Order: sequence, then C-alpha cells, then structure tokens
Amino acid sequence: MDDAIHLTYEISPDDFTRAGEASSDVKKKLKQMGVSPEAVRKVAIAMYEGEINMVIHAKGGKIYVDITPEKILMILDDVGPGIPDVDLAMKAGYSTAPDEIRSLGFGAGMGLPNMKKYTDDMAIDTRLGVGTKITMVVNI
Amino acid sequence: MTVRDVKDVLKARVLTGEDLLDQEVRSACGSDMMSDVLAFSKDHSVLLTGLCNPQVIRTAEMLDIVCLIFVRGKKPDDSIIEMAKERNLVVLATGHRMFSSCGMLYAAGLGGGLI
Repeated sequence: MDDAIHLTYEISPDDFTRAGEASSDVKKKLKQMGVSPEAVRKVAIAMYEGEINMVIHAKGGKIYVDITPEKILMILDDVGPGIPDVDLAMKAGYSTAPDEIRSLGFGAGMGLPNMKKYTDDMAIDTRLGVGTKITMVVNI
Repeated sequence: MTVRDVKDVLKARVLTGEDLLDQEVRSACGSDMMSDVLAFSKDHSVLLTGLCNPQVIRTAEMLDIVCLIFVRGKKPDDSIIEMAKERNLVVLATGHRMFSSCGMLYAAGLGGGLI
C-alpha cells in the first residue's frame, strides 16, 4: 500500500501576487500533520523560493509534493527557458532577474542558493528552450 | 523583548494584531530584498521593511515571523493587512527610516541573531 501523500499544484506564469500560494498550502498541511517545525520551515522556504523562480523566470509549471513519514520530496517542473550555466546560477548574488523584479523584493541572486541551503538534497535537470526540473528532498 | 516593547521603541502604530502584542521577539532583520530575509532570518523574528507587496506577508509566513514593521511611513493597502490578519501576524507602521528604526531597536537590546 502506498502511504505517501501526493499533492500537485499548477503555478500560473506572471501572476506575482499569487506566487507563494502553493508553498503556503503545503506549509499548512505539514503543520496539521504534525511534522517538526524545523522540517516545515525548510520545506516552506525552499519551495517558496522555487515557486517565485517559476513565476519570475519560467512560464509557470507544476509542483509535485510527496509526503512520506521519512521525507518530503518536491519536484518543480517548469516550461521556461532553461538555465544556461547552472554553476553560475548557484552562486550567491548572481541573478538574471530584471530591475522590475528587484523592485518587488526578489532577484537578489539568493533563490537557488537558499533552496540548496534549506534542503537535504537538490538536483537540477535543465534543458535550454525546454524547461527546468528541480528535485528537492527534506528529511523528516 | 515583546512586540509591545518594539512598538513603544519605534512609536509605531498597530495596523493589525492588537491582541498579539505580548509575544516574545528574539531577533530582527531589516531588508527590502525578500530573498535576503529568507536566507538569514531566525526564529521569533521581527522583519523591518519598506517594501509593500503581498510577498512580504508570504515571506513572513514562511519564516514564522512574529511581527512585520513597515518603515519610513509606508502604508500597505487593505488587502495586505487582511492577509496578515489571516496569518496572525502583527503589522506595525513607523515614520522612522530603516536605518534609524534598526538602530533604535538594536540600542534597546534587540540583536540580529547569530550569523
């Protein structure tokens, strides 16, 4: 029997006001399930940064979240332009976000580094012109 | 220090969360860049910002921030206040600028937390 809980969220592109709703929902659900505050916090921050990235850089996409007693798995699958240089994108402070995004409080070049910092495992699978799939795991 | 102490130090107005002023606060973070806040903020924190958009509330939510302070006389619109209310987040507003607000709180004993 599959005891995992599967959640799927559709992330709409260019809707900055609603960005973060999925992460907010996951956070609420994990809290209700009694997951440790530390793990909830890590998932919330990592997923929120990822969700913001999908709105800013990609054309939206889907987020899949699997919750098991051992870990929380997040897959962020977008249909954006892809990341030309992943090592550079992982550098704290490096950003390709336009000024209008910076005036909204994002685009400091901390998104991907934060996602790595707050997860136990993170993998980036990206193809130019096709999209990016980021898999993140937080152990409970 | 409590949220009420923070309010008194900054001579701030309470925009929402009047009944939540006795909560303890242990550190503070001041920034208009939400990614920096997400990188460095600690538990039981206060966030000072001049940025007025819904993502400030969401950032506070993700980090379990106790109190949000809009500096330099910024006035968030009603939908932002409503979002904060739903999340049991105290929102204060002060006319002081960011630098002064941070300095006043630091001088009153509130630190930035360990790096």
